[in-house]
Amino acid sequence: MASVSLDHALILAAILFAIGFAGLLARRNLIVVLACIEIMLNAAGLAFVAAGARWGRADGQVMFLFVLAMAAAEVAVGLAIAIRFRQSLHSLDVDDADEMKG
Amino acid sequence: MLSLLWLIPTLPAAGFVLLVLFNRRLGRTGATWIGAGSVGLSALVALLVCGSFVVSPPAGDAYHQVLWTWLDVAGFAPSIGFYLDAVAVIWALVITFVGFLIHLYSTEHMEHDEGYTRFFMYLNLFVASMLVLVLADNLLLLYLGWEGVGLCSYLLISFWQKDPQNVYCGRKAFIVTRVGDTAMIVGLFLLLTQLGTLQIQPLMHAAQAHWAPDSGVAIAAALLLLGGAVGKSAQVPLQTWLPDAMAGPSPVSALIHAATMVTAGVYLIARTHVLFQIAGDARLVVAVVGIVTLLIAGFSALVQHDLKRSLAYSTISQIGYMFLALGVAGWEAGVFHFMTHAFFKALLFLGAGVIIEALDDEHDIFRMGGLRRELPAVFWTFTIGAAALAALPFITDGFYSKDLIIATSLGSVDGNAWFYVGSIVGAFLTALYSFRLVWIVFFGERHTEVARRPRWRQLVPLYVLAALSIIGGFVWMPVWLGGFNPLQTFLDTALPATEFTGTHAAFADSALAAWITIAIVAGGIAFSYLFWMPWRESTHAFAESPAVRPLTVFWMNDWGFDWAYDRVFVRPIRWLAHVGRHDAVDYIFRGIAWVNVAAWRTLSAGQTGRLRGYVAVAGFGIVLVLALVVLR
Repeated sequence: MASVSLDHALILAAILFAIGFAGLLARRNLIVVLACIEIMLNAAGLAFVAAGARWGRADGQVMFLFVLAMAAAEVAVGLAIAIRFRQSLHSLDVDDADEMKG
Repeated sequence: MLSLLWLIPTLPAAGFVLLVLFNRRLGRTGATWIGAGSVGLSALVALLVCGSFVVSPPAGDAYHQVLWTWLDVAGFAPSIGFYLDAVAVIWALVITFVGFLIHLYSTEHMEHDEGYTRFFMYLNLFVASMLVLVLADNLLLLYLGWEGVGLCSYLLISFWQKDPQNVYCGRKAFIVTRVGDTAMIVGLFLLLTQLGTLQIQPLMHAAQAHWAPDSGVAIAAALLLLGGAVGKSAQVPLQTWLPDAMAGPSPVSALIHAATMVTAGVYLIARTHVLFQIAGDARLVVAVVGIVTLLIAGFSALVQHDLKRSLAYSTISQIGYMFLALGVAGWEAGVFHFMTHAFFKALLFLGAGVIIEALDDEHDIFRMGGLRRELPAVFWTFTIGAAALAALPFITDGFYSKDLIIATSLGSVDGNAWFYVGSIVGAFLTALYSFRLVWIVFFGERHTEVARRPRWRQLVPLYVLAALSIIGGFVWMPVWLGGFNPLQTFLDTALPATEFTGTHAAFADSALAAWITIAIVAGGIAFSYLFWMPWRESTHAFAESPAVRPLTVFWMNDWGFDWAYDRVFVRPIRWLAHVGRHDAVDYIFRGIAWVNVAAWRTLSAGQTGRLRGYVAVAGFGIVLVLALVVLR
């Protein structure tokens, strides 16, 4: 079985995280913003799994299960916010929600 | 029976607490029963306790009841305790009974007032404070009652608080008496540091044991206590608050003048008479304050247009008599005059309240007139009160007490001819101004329609007080009238008897001196009839003539005391406050405020409300922190 080195896996995770973060900064659609957060979470999960495999411990995979469960909860809350957002502001543009400015 | 003593002040205090707690839920009926009932019950208890005190006097002719220790700090342990002796008996009975009659009167007088419950709340607290004052066994507890009385006077004088003028009068009463109170508390500190206790009886014994007669410290302590008494009892130079205290409802005036408040100073001096016996010079000051006050206020009462203001000056003047009596060591005469004065002055104020109410809030006596047929009950009772005030011989109580004071001012060791002449002139003035009110208000032409007539709850107190104003004096008859004097015998158990050993003692004690007083009083009444009945027009013309008018205006405005205080104290302080409005200290605080506002502007500029901005800043922050951690 061809093994993937830790470095490659971590670089992939970093790239995924950067893509997610860039999307978070660049995109204004709330759904896409939520998807970007998912990408960043999965990048973190990938880093956990790779590190777990490197050290031959199960901890990384356990942590990934936690991240998955948390991501599911986060999506549930995030989509609920998206629905309320759409109902009250009639849009999904996050820049429209600036009523709390000082 | 004596052990019920604690109930006397507790019942009105409980009434106050109940009225505060259940204020609106009680309704008028409930407030009436609790407000008047608590004082009525207190009067019954006072009758029981004082009755058993008189019938079977306790050992030492005084009953001492300690409820608990108030506080205990470094050997200073004042108690919450009550002390009943002959002086306290007289005061407690007068306060509760006259107080109850005034409460009964108020249930009708105030029945349409929106602050009905509040009124009884304050009245109950007033009576409770005064009872604490007279029954306290130590000066600290006495001071508690003293301040309570001051607070209640403020609350009640400014009772109709929607008019700023009333509130101003209430403030004035509070602040002017505060001047005296400050002197008094300093006096208490002096007594405590010098003699180590504030328990009145041990304190008096200690003063007698440690202080030489006329020693400086004794005089200082006595003068400081006198300062408190002068403030509370509205004597010169702190008398200015009392005429303005007429802003309150009439029952309040009756209560302040007869049962509570202004007689507190007389009580304090009678209670600490041992101190004043040691300090002879302070006693002289008391007498001089009394004689000056009674003359100044007598002249002022003569020219007032406001019915209640005229009565207010008469009170100041009569309390001047009490001070004069105390000052010439006529302790018992002072207490006697307090008692008779309480009856007829409460009567006069309650009568004035009915008149003012009947004429739809008319205070000016020259717009009253001819009320003899309209309000016959008030006419007769008011005339009895005025006769007692004028000391109409033989039948009124005021005659017996005032004659005794006049005799004492000459015959006592401390008496002299000056005091005698002053008090005789005062008696003439009193007769003049008290009957002036009767002639102007009840005789002559009617100027204002009577809108309302009193019912039984106002009339019964008038009848009872009128009866007391007549029979109240028969408890101490002079020797040449039989010498029936149970009151003197009773007071001898608590106060030293006055010794008639002065140079003119024989004359002062004789029937001749009394006949001179009688002639003076009769002359005063006769002249007042002439001045204000047949010669009224010419009296007016004389008072308004260019030569005399400045004098009447001067008297009317209380001899310029208010004017002087305004120039000497009020205006400079207001000017200082005005100038000090922009002082340097303010800049420090304004600087603090400015820094905060600037910081707020800076920080709130970052709060854009943009989600992506926050994310970017948070991301950079995390990168920065990670970089610091990794590259360190």
